[in-house]
Amino acid sequence: MVILVWSMGWTLLILLVVLTVVHGNPTVMVRTGSGPTVGFDQHPNSVPLGEDIQTTTEGESEVVEEVMTTGVLNPSHYPARRAATVVQHYLNTRYGSPYRWIFLSTVHSGSAEEVAEMGRKYQLALTMQEMISNVSGQCSAELFFPGGEGQSAPQVQASCEGLHQSNTTAQEEAFYQQHRTSNNLASGNNIPDSYGHVEPSMKPFWHLGGVASSFIMLRESNESTLYNMAQVANFTQLETEKDQLRFNYHVLLHEMISQEIIHWKLLVTWSPEQGVQVLQTELQPKCHHCEAPPNTTN
Amino acid sequence: MMMLGLGSVGLVLLSLAVQSGHGAQDSAVWSREETTERNYYTRYHNMSEITAWMEQMKRENPDVVSSMVYGQTYERRNITLLKIGLRSTERKKAIWMDCGIHAREWITPAFCQFFVKEILRTYKTDTKVNEMMKNLDFYITPVLNVDGYIYSWHNESTRLWRKSRSPGTGGCTCYGTDLNRNFYANWGMVGVSTDCCNLFYCGTKALSESEAWAVTDMLGKMREDILAFLTIHSYGQQLLVPYGHPNTTAPNHDELMEVGLGAAMAIKAVHGMDYTVGTSPDILYPFSGSSQDFARLIGIPLSFTFELRDKGEHGFELPEDQIQPTCEEAYAGAQHIITYTHDKAFYSYAATVTATLWTTLLAAWVSSAILL
Repeated sequence: MVILVWSMGWTLLILLVVLTVVHGNPTVMVRTGSGPTVGFDQHPNSVPLGEDIQTTTEGESEVVEEVMTTGVLNPSHYPARRAATVVQHYLNTRYGSPYRWIFLSTVHSGSAEEVAEMGRKYQLALTMQEMISNVSGQCSAELFFPGGEGQSAPQVQASCEGLHQSNTTAQEEAFYQQHRTSNNLASGNNIPDSYGHVEPSMKPFWHLGGVASSFIMLRESNESTLYNMAQVANFTQLETEKDQLRFNYHVLLHEMISQEIIHWKLLVTWSPEQGVQVLQTELQPKCHHCEAPPNTTN
Repeated sequence: MMMLGLGSVGLVLLSLAVQSGHGAQDSAVWSREETTERNYYTRYHNMSEITAWMEQMKRENPDVVSSMVYGQTYERRNITLLKIGLRSTERKKAIWMDCGIHAREWITPAFCQFFVKEILRTYKTDTKVNEMMKNLDFYITPVLNVDGYIYSWHNESTRLWRKSRSPGTGGCTCYGTDLNRNFYANWGMVGVSTDCCNLFYCGTKALSESEAWAVTDMLGKMREDILAFLTIHSYGQQLLVPYGHPNTTAPNHDELMEVGLGAAMAIKAVHGMDYTVGTSPDILYPFSGSSQDFARLIGIPLSFTFELRDKGEHGFELPEDQIQPTCEEAYAGAQHIITYTHDKAFYSYAATVTATLWTTLLAAWVSSAILL
C-alpha cells in the first residue's frame, strides 16, 4: 500500500517536472521578450487611467473616463491632437515653401480653458518636423478658437526652436530661377498618384500645394476638424507677375472627423522673398453624379 | 577557314540573341508568376492579383493553407478568407484578421498579404510561430470590401472611395454604406449619418450590407473559439481598443490597454514609429456599429483596430516604398497581441493542469506520511 503511494508520488513528481520544464513555471505566466511586462508609465503615450470605473459584467454601460477638454489635456487624446494640427497648418502658412513642409511629430503637453463667452484657448508644447530635411524643432503655441455663430478662423501664435535650421535658400533660389521665365510653364496632376508615387520633379510642386492648402486648412479648422491634404489633383503654372511665380491649384483635402474629401481651387503665388501667398480660394461642389457606372469589372 | 570563322561568329551572335530574348521572356514570366519574390510584397495589387495570390498560397502550402468563401458582396463577388494553421483532428482556437474594409486604405490588403507570407515563411523554423500554428488557426481576409476596393482601382477619380457599392434607397442617389458602421453593435447611435451620401452612412438597418453580414455570420459560428479579432485600417498610426461607442467600457479595458501599449512598443522598436493607443472616443472620435465593437460585445476578449501609416503626409496614398517598413512594424504589433493571446490560452491551461497535479502529489505525500 505504502509502496503504491510512493510510486504514485514519484510518477507524479516526474510528470510535474516534465510539465513544468516544457510549459513553464505554473505560478508565472510565460511571456515572450516583447510581452507586456513593462509598466504603463514607461510608454510615452500612456497616461494613468485613474479616473476609470471598471464594469464587471460584460456589455454594461457605465460612464467612465471622459475626454478632458478643459484643463490639463492628455497628449494622446483628440483635443490636443486636433489643436496641434492647427498649429502645424499655421507654421506652414508662415514658413512653408516648395522646400519646407512641416508636420506634427509629437504632442508633449497641453491645456485648454474657456474664455468667457468668447471661445476657447489652448496652450501646447509640441515637436514639429520639417519633412524634407528631417529636422525637428520644439514649439510652444497658443491657439484661440473663437466661439459664437460665425465661422471664424482660429488665431495662432507659435514659436519654435530649431525648425528653421534647414538651409533651403540655395534650392529655393534655383527652383525660382528655373521657373521664373515663362518659357516652359509647369503643370502636373495626381500628386501623389494612386500608388503614393511623386515624380522627383513634381515634389516641390507637391510641397507647395501642401503649404498653400495650409491656408485653407487653418482657416477652416475648429475643435471638430482634423485636416490633411490628400492630393494635388492638378496644378498649372501661370505667367510670372511682379516677380512672383503663380499657379492654379486644385487640391483634395481629407477631413478626418467627417472622413470627407473636400475639393478646393486656389490661386497661389510664391517667391523666396515673399513666401507662399494664397490670393483666391474656391470651394468645389461635391460631385455625386461623377461616379462611374455600377457595372465596374476588374 | 574564313567561312568557319564567320560561321562560329554567327553562331555566337545567334546564341547571344536567343539567350537575351529567352532571358527577357524568362523575366516576364518570372515577374508575373514569381509571387514569392520579395518585391511582390512591396507593391499594391488589384483584386484579381490578390485572388490569384490566394490560390498560389494554397497551392504552395496545401498542408497548412485552405480558403473559404464566406459571403458575397453587393455586386455578388466572393468574400474569401485564408485559413492557415497546422491541421488537427481537434477543434482549434482561432485568430481573426480582416483588411480592406474601407476601399481606399490600400496599405491594409498589402499588410494581410505580408502577414500571410511571413507566417508561412517562418513557421517551419521559428519555434514560437510553429507552436502558434499548431495551437491556432489564422482566419485572414485580405479584402473584405471587394466591391469598394475594385472601384478604388477604376481610375484616379475613384481612388479615394471608402464605402461599399450598394446603391442608395428612398430617393437618395449616392452609393455605398460605411461597412464599419453597419454592425449590430449599438447600430445607428453615434458617429453615423442617415444620409446615404455621407461617408458614415450606416445603412438602412444593421447588417443591411452583405459584407457585414458575412463577417457577423462567421464570428457568430466561431465565437467560442476566437481569441483575438484584428481589423486593419489606415491612416493615423493608432491602435484602437473597444468601444468606439462612447461611455461604454470593455470589462477587460485594462488588459486591452496593456496589450495595446505593449504592441505599440513592439511597433516602435522596428522603425521608430509612434502609434497612439486608446479607445476611439478618446483618441479619434466616437462611433458605433463597428466590427471591433461587435467582436468585443459577443465575447471575443481581445479586439483591436489598427490604423497603419502615415499621419497625413501621404494619407491613403502611402508610397510603395513604405509598404515593407509599414508591414514589418504592424506585423510586430500583431504578433505581440497574438502571442499574448496564445500564451494566455495555452499556458494558463497547462498551469491549471500542473496545479492540479501538484495538489494530487501533495495529497499522496501527506497520505503516505500518515500511513508511515
